[in-house]
Order: sequence, then structure tokens, then C-alpha cells
Amino acid sequence: MIQTEASCCRIIFGMGKGKSKEAEIKRINKELANIRSKFKGDKALDGYSKKKYVCKLLFIFLLGHDIDFGHMEAVNLLSSNRYTEKQIGYLFISVLVNSNSELIRLINNAIKNDLASRNPTFMGLALHCIANVGSREMAEAFAGEIPKILVAGDTMDSVKQSAALCLLRLYRTSPDLVPMGDWTSRVVHLLNDQHLGVVTAATSLITTLAQKNPEEFKTSVSLAVSRLSRIVTSASTDLQDYTYYFVPAPWLSVKLLRLLQCYPPPEDPAVRGRLTECLETILNKAQEPPKSKKVQHSNAKNAVLFEAISLIIHHDSEPNLLVRACNQLGQFLQHRETNLRYLALESMCTLASSEFSHEAVKTHIETVINALKTERDVSVRQRAVDLLYAMCDRSNAQQIVAEMLNYLETADYSIREEIVLKVAILAEKYAVDYTWYVDTILNLIRIAGDYVSEEVWYRVIQIVINRDDVQGYAAKTVFEALQAPACHENLVKVGGYILGEFGNLIAGDPRSSPLIQFNLLHSKFHLCSVPTRALLLSTYIKFVNLFPEIKTTIQDVLRSDSQLKNADVELQQRAVEYLRLSTIASTDILATVLEEMPPFPERESSILAKLKKKKGPGTVTDLEEIKKERSSDMNGSAEPASVNASAVSTPSPSADLLGLGAAPLTNSAPPPSSSGSLLVDVFSDSASAVAPLAPGSDDNFASPDLASSEVVSEEPADTVHDADELFHKFVCKNNGVLFENQLLQIGLKSEFRQNLGRMFIFYGNKTSTQFLNFTPTVICSDDLQPSLNLQTKPVDPTVDGGAQVQQVVNIECVSDFMEAPILNIQFRYGGTFQNLSVKLPITLNKFFQPTEMSSQDFFQRWKQLSNPKQEVQNIFKAKHPMDAEITKAKIIGFGSALLEEVDPNPANFVGAGIIHTKTTQIGCLLRLEPNLQAQMYRLTLRTSKEAVSQRLCELLSEQF
Amino acid sequence: MINAVLVFNNHGKPRLVRFYQHLAEEVQQQLIRETFHLVLKRDEHICNFLECGSLFGGADYKLIYRHYATLYFVFCVDSSESELGILDLIQVFVETLDKCFENVCELDLIFHMDKVHYILQEVVIGGMVLETNMNKIVAQVEAQSKLEKAEQGGLSAAPSRAVSAVKNINLPEIPRNINIGDINIKVPSLSQFM
Repeated sequence: MIQTEASCCRIIFGMGKGKSKEAEIKRINKELANIRSKFKGDKALDGYSKKKYVCKLLFIFLLGHDIDFGHMEAVNLLSSNRYTEKQIGYLFISVLVNSNSELIRLINNAIKNDLASRNPTFMGLALHCIANVGSREMAEAFAGEIPKILVAGDTMDSVKQSAALCLLRLYRTSPDLVPMGDWTSRVVHLLNDQHLGVVTAATSLITTLAQKNPEEFKTSVSLAVSRLSRIVTSASTDLQDYTYYFVPAPWLSVKLLRLLQCYPPPEDPAVRGRLTECLETILNKAQEPPKSKKVQHSNAKNAVLFEAISLIIHHDSEPNLLVRACNQLGQFLQHRETNLRYLALESMCTLASSEFSHEAVKTHIETVINALKTERDVSVRQRAVDLLYAMCDRSNAQQIVAEMLNYLETADYSIREEIVLKVAILAEKYAVDYTWYVDTILNLIRIAGDYVSEEVWYRVIQIVINRDDVQGYAAKTVFEALQAPACHENLVKVGGYILGEFGNLIAGDPRSSPLIQFNLLHSKFHLCSVPTRALLLSTYIKFVNLFPEIKTTIQDVLRSDSQLKNADVELQQRAVEYLRLSTIASTDILATVLEEMPPFPERESSILAKLKKKKGPGTVTDLEEIKKERSSDMNGSAEPASVNASAVSTPSPSADLLGLGAAPLTNSAPPPSSSGSLLVDVFSDSASAVAPLAPGSDDNFASPDLASSEVVSEEPADTVHDADELFHKFVCKNNGVLFENQLLQIGLKSEFRQNLGRMFIFYGNKTSTQFLNFTPTVICSDDLQPSLNLQTKPVDPTVDGGAQVQQVVNIECVSDFMEAPILNIQFRYGGTFQNLSVKLPITLNKFFQPTEMSSQDFFQRWKQLSNPKQEVQNIFKAKHPMDAEITKAKIIGFGSALLEEVDPNPANFVGAGIIHTKTTQIGCLLRLEPNLQAQMYRLTLRTSKEAVSQRLCELLSEQF
Repeated sequence: MINAVLVFNNHGKPRLVRFYQHLAEEVQQQLIRETFHLVLKRDEHICNFLECGSLFGGADYKLIYRHYATLYFVFCVDSSESELGILDLIQVFVETLDKCFENVCELDLIFHMDKVHYILQEVVIGGMVLETNMNKIVAQVEAQSKLEKAEQGGLSAAPSRAVSAVKNINLPEIPRNINIGDINIKVPSLSQFM
């Protein structure tokens, strides 16, 4: 051992004295080489030397160096009969051995021997090792054995303790391998064991098992209550060793209270009464003077108290106890111990959601606000923010929001973003007066602009657009806020957007005349990033429509070299196109194209989704309530979405007139395009895959009486129509009938350019009766959602008999995708509820741009894509007559160019094209070789991306 | 469940590391470093709990720590453990170390790494609390020492001689005795180090 010490000393102090890292590594490598040579040497090492070297290896491991040998020596130590050797062997194994080591069989063997040895010390070592490693192989080997040891009558207490925890560990890692059985009832009875250490271990085990199998362990409730009762009412000396600083068995009490939190309040009135008595006693004891001034005494006592309060909150059934708990926590809020203040704030957060105690929690608002201002510890301030958020309701929202804003000015950077989200949510949720809401959000941007995420400012725009009573105020407020010489870019974005829509509402005031508004915005222009500038350009063109009197000023700006020749393609394109638009379009066309935004469909706030993502779902409280409240606040009075017939129903020629492509310029103020994607995102709520299409459609889905009281006829919910055949027809064409039954016909017309597209869906009512609550919804699966942006416009919920309504879907392909979106349609026809779903034929090949190339180019590129992953090939039987002209038409319809005279064999077809997505462009080559004799085809796709080759090959193979 | 027990000194050098979930060695070292940075920048007398963010796999985990003279004792636990309970458990662990080593100091953790592990093993196994009764823990450790002595004869006296030899060398960075705060443990030779 002296040697160990000496070398350790060298390692420790050699490094401590400022020697370089290299010197340390050198020294350690030398030591490792020495140990390795000892292990490999001819001379057999005695047990003592083995132990010494294993110890050294552990120390080197502790210092952060890999140990890649010595495992075998450690395993050998396990089978030693000497306790010290066995012990160090087990230590090495449990610190260093991976669960998937090949040695695991040897280790298991040694463990098996020790378990069978009936030597309690050896059994203990073996059980500790199983608990510490806890691998699947160990579970396989011992999960059957350990319950027997645990419940055997002659097992020593210390072994029982270890066995209980060992079983718990195995259950955690491989629950499927731990069979429930006879032993479970006997384990429950360990709660009555004499030895409190055994009871503690057993309680841990039962708590975990009961969470998964509540029925099997139901009897533990009454046993736990009586055990708890005996501890709580005992004098502090009764439990001898398990009394910790005058508190009887605090850990066991905590564990028992945790176990009870797995179950609802006990049904048996006697048990329930006894539990209530225990909880009251614990609350009473908190008021007694402390039996010791030591912090350990109060810690232990309060650990039990907090757990009791958790149980009271969990049961949420005894108003009396809840209010007492709340008062107790209120006392802790002002305690001098920081730990207690922290825990009190945390517990109160859960208490705030109980209807019995919500009011009681609210009485502490001043204390909590004070904590926010005076606590030195950021963890505690964070808890205070959480609690304020949880206790907020209509009565105190203004105060809480004001205090949070106040705090935000000095808040720690690490929690600013979260506070911003919380303020934004509370302001929206409890806004009675929307001018207050607008003020609050603008304040947020002013105080913490960098922490205001896109979701927050999108949301304020959505709300302003949906509520016409606040639009004038919003315009005035942003106009005033923009006067500040240095304002945050987010404010410029919100300001630009709102003035572009509603600047006319304040233009009557000479202080905010059109020209002044324009000059104000333009003064910020050059300080902003590209996306903001792009947004401002859209504002300018909207001004052209709103204020014809400043059209020439705006045209001059657009015409300037810094715009028309801007190095950024997006800005340049906007400038050129807007300038053209303002020059050649008539006032009518301008008014149509640049019309005010239609209201946004209501949906769950994207901010809430963001907060949930940030904090994990459990931590955002009363979501349901928020949802409910919001829909009554916002939806209740919001105007039903007005569908602008002229803009929506005809594929107006003005859209393509300017060569803007399929970009949905009509009706959506700033044209979405690649770098303008921040605007696209305003529409597409990333958190909800379902974009409701009809006004109030949320309610239609949610309303339970609709689903239950209506007879669901014809199509039971969620049958996706097996229109695969029809679906495949649309792969090579863009127009046609997608679906038809006795009631409804769905027709499609679509156009695609580069990564954008637009689809018109025509819903024809074939009957003579009205369809009511007609709600079409386009659903993207979770996989599809990130790849495909779909925006839909609402349709009228009533479809008259014999009438046809039309709906536009704007499509943006973000990246390549496999699945197709689903179109779900719900409506009521003659008192019955109809629900049907069809696949919407938006497929990857729609984003093809054909590419012409020479034979030489084609084969050169073909060779470049020779990586096996880039090629996908399919050989299949012809389903249709093999007609060369039809095949050519299909390949062209598929989207690629058909290259003539490229393939040496004239019977073969080759094609080339580029798939455009927002993120990348993917070059694709294809070759189709028909074999007329065999009536077979061989189709080969080569692209730079495997998934694309795969998908295109699938789609095209179905066509022949 | 307790996910990890970490002890490091004021310079961030690990002195005892025990993970109860399988992590690659690099990840372990990274966690030790990050935990050290989180804990080190906190003032004395503020709360002993902190959320460790994504460090140990999610918001469910907390670091609960105590600082004794030159050493930080950090337990990383999930939400199934009582914060104050763990805080007391750290105290029990340290008091036990103090009893077993008679006035424990940082060097004891270095030179008796194996023994420290064995003591920890009597308190926590597989991430679960095994025993909280200090007398029982000490009794177990003493029984082990007896077994060791029986097997090794006089050799086991050597480490303690080495420790006292090093303790008396005048090193600039000599690890100080652990100050256990206000508990009643006799601290006979404290003066020469403090």
C-alpha cells in the first residue's frame, strides 16, 4: 500500500504544482505501462499486489483517463476467498465495467456463487454489484433469484435491504424481466418489519412497483398509513437509532408519504381518518418550538412536512388541510433559510392549481413579488416567477404582468426568454382590454427585444389583425414607439407590419401623415437585417395602395440603385417586382392584390407551445383552462373570418401576370418566398399540424356533443379513403376529380413552380340539401410537417345544395418528403355527421423543374452519381399497354425533361430534372428500360439523395 | 433516484465520482466539469438546490450540494427524491466519513479511495438510499475493517502513517480538513491546518 500512496502522491502533487498537462499524461502513461507489465508479467501476482494495482487504476480513472485493461484481473479477484480481494474486485467492476462487457458472463458466475454462499458479507457484495451495474444480462440471470432472497424468512436484515434495492434497480432497467408473483404480497408485508432499514428499502421498492401495477400493491396503502402513524406519534426516543436530530425516522416518513402519493385518498374511512390525523400531527409539529437549534433538525422536520404537503395537494380533497398547508408555506416564504423559501415557492406552484387553495395562494402575492425583487439567488427568483405565473388570474393579471415586466429590466439573462414567454401568455390570456395587451407586448419588445422570439411578435400581429377594435390603437402605439431613436429590430418588424395594414387608420392626424409614416419606417430601413428589410419593402408596396399620394416617393425609393441592384437576391427581386406592380397595375388590381390580411384562424397559441417545449409538458399548468379561456376571449367576439370572394375564388390572372410564380401574392400581403419565410411562418403554426380551415372549426372538432349525440353515418371517422388509384393518377397530372360519392365531389386544379405551389380544391355538393358545418382540414403528419408548409384559406361552413365551393391551398416544399398530406372533411348532411379523409396528391415530383442536357452531359452526371446509395432501381411488370407515346407523356407529366437521342438504345427513355425545395435543390436522372417480350420495365433513379431516389422511384413505378 | 454522487475540491479536481447510470467516460468527465462550474459560481448562503438544465437528461433533475471547506459534495437526483432529505443524506455521509477517518480531510479521500467507496456503498446502492442510520453504517464499515485487518495483519497501518507524513509536509495547496459546520464532532487537531 505504501507504494500506492507514493505513486498517488506523485500523481497528485506532481500535477498540483503547475506541471503541464503533458507531464501529467506522461506520468500516468508511465504508471499504466508499469501496471500493465505487472499484470502481463511471468510472475504470478499475489492477491495483495493485485489489489494494489487495481486501486491505482481506479484512481487514474477518477482523474479522467481511460482504463482499457485490468478487467480480467478484477474478475479474477471476485472468485478469491479473501474478503479484501473480493471487495476490491467488486468495486472495480461496479465503477468501470460497462453493462455490455463481454466479461459479464464471468461476472455473473462469480455473483451466482456468492449469492449461494450463504455468507451475508459476500451476498451483500454481490447484491451491491448487481444494483450498481444493473445490466440486462444481470436481470436475466438474477431477476428470478432475488425476490426469493428478499422474502425468505432466514435472510439477514442487511441482506434484505440490499436485495430490495437490487430488485428495484433491475425493475427500473428491465421491467419485463421482473415477473410479479407470490412474492409481491410478501414484499408488501415488509412494511411491518421490525427493522426500519428494511422498511425504508422496501418502501422504495413498493413505490416504484406500485406506479406501474397499482392494483397488485393496493394493500400497501393501509400498511403504510399505520406505519406512518406509529412513527409520527412516537416519542422521539422510541426509534432509537432512526431518530435523526430529534426527528423520528425522517427518511422513512418521506418515503411512506411518497408511496401514498401513488394512490388516491384511501376509501376505508378508518384508514382515511388515521391518515388525516397523521397529516394534522405533522402540520401541528411544524408550529411547535424546535427541539434543537441545529439546521439538521429543521431540515429533517421540514423534509417530512413538505412531503406531507405534497400528499395533501395530491389528494386535493380536504379543503381544511389544503388551506393549512397553504398557510404553512406562506410562513416559509418569509423564512430566513433560503432552502425553505425555495421549496415553499415550488410547492405553492402546485397548490395554486387546486380550486380549494387558489384563493389562499393569491393572498401571498405581495410576498412573492417581494421575493422577485430581493432574493439574491436566481434559483429562488425563478421559482417566484413560476409561482406568479401559476397564481395569475383575471383579478391580478395586470399587477403580475406589470411586476414581471418590471423585473425583466434587471432579470438574469438565463431566465429572460422564459419570462418573456410567460408575460406574453398572461397578457393574452387575461386581456380584457386589448389596448393593454398591445402595450404590454410592445413593452416586452422595448425591454427585452433580444429575448422576444418570433412566436411572440407573430402572435401580436395575429391578434391585432383578428380584432378590429384594437387596430387603430395598435397603429398609433407602434407609430409612437418607432419615434425612439434606437428601437429594437423586432419593433421595426411589428411596426412595419401593422402600419402596412392599418397605417390608414392614423393617417388623418397630420402628425402621422402617410409621408411621415413612410419616412419614419424608412429611417430604420438601413439599420435592419435582410428579412426585416424584405418585410419593410412589402409595407411600402402596401402603402402604395393605402396612400396613393405618396406613390411616387415610394417608387423613387424602390427605383434607387441600393434597392434595384441590391446584392441580396430576395431584396432585389422584391424591389423590381413591387416597382413593376406599382407602375403597371390598375388601382383595382392593386387594391385586390394588396388587400388587408384576412383574419387568422384561431388555434392554440404558438407561444404556449414554445413554453411547453422549453419547460416540459408537466410544468405548464392549467393548459386546458388557458385554452378554454382563450377561445372565449378571442373567438367569442372575433368576427367570423370573412372570405373575400373576388380574391379567393378565382385564380386571378393578376397573380401570374407579373411572373411572380405561384407565390400566393393574392391576399397575403407580403409574398412568401425563401428568405421571407418568417412571414410564411406567421401562418403556419409549427406546433399544430392541423390547420383549421373554417371559422370556428376548432369548436366543431372539440365539441363533444357533436361527436356523441350525432349519428355517425357513412364513413366512420378516420378512414382514409382508399383512393390510391386516383391518387396515383395525380402523380403525372395536376387537374381532375380526386374523390366522388353520392354526396360530394372533390375536384382539384393545381400549379407548381420551383418549390412553391398552389392547389384549388373544389367541393361540389351533389345533393339538393345544404351541408352544414362544412369543415375541410388539411393534416400533415409529424414526419411530414417540417418538410411541407401548407396554408389554407377558410371556406364557408355552409354549402348549398348543388353548389360548389372552392378552397386554395398554398404549398411550400421545405425539404424532400415521403408521405402525402391528408384532407379531412367533416360536415352535417340532413342531421347526420359525415367524416371522410382522402390523401391530397402533393407529391415530391411536383417540385420538378425539367433540365435539358446533351447525351455527353447526361452520362457524365450519371457516372458522378454512382454511389450505390444514390441509385434506386425497380423492375416491375407493366400494368398498362406498353405504348411509347403514352410513356413519354407520363415522364413529361412526372415533371422531368424527356431527353431524346441520349440513350444509345432508342427504345429506352431517359429524363433529367431538379427537385426544388426551400433548403436544397436535388438533381435527378432517370432511365426507363421497357422489355416488350417480358412485359416488364426496369426503372433506375439516380439522385444526390437516397430518400429522393427512393420516393421518386416508388411514385413513377406506379405509372406504367 | 440518485443519478450521480460527485465530490470535487475547490479547484474542480474530482475526489469521488460515482454514476448510477451508464455514461461514456468522456460524458462523465464533461458532467463533472459542468457541474463544477455551475456550483462554483454560487455564493455561500444561497439555496442548496439548483436545476441542472439538460445536464443530466432533462428538467426533472436537480443538483443538491453542500460545501465543506475544500470540498463540494454534489448529489444529482430526480424528482422522486426529497430535496431536504438528500441534503440531510449528504450530511450523514460526511459525518460518517468523519467518524470512520477520525477527522476526515481531502487527503483521506485520495489515499483511501476504496474505503470511501465502501462507505458510500453502505449509504447508497444503485442510486437508491440503502441506510440512513449513521450508527449502522459505521458498524458495517467497522466490521469490514475488522475483516481486512484479520486478513492483512499489520499492513493496514501503513496508509495512515503515509497520510500523517503528508499532512505534515508544508505544501502550498494542502487540502484542509473538512469543516462539518455546527455538528458536535470533536475536532482535536484542526488548529494546525486552519
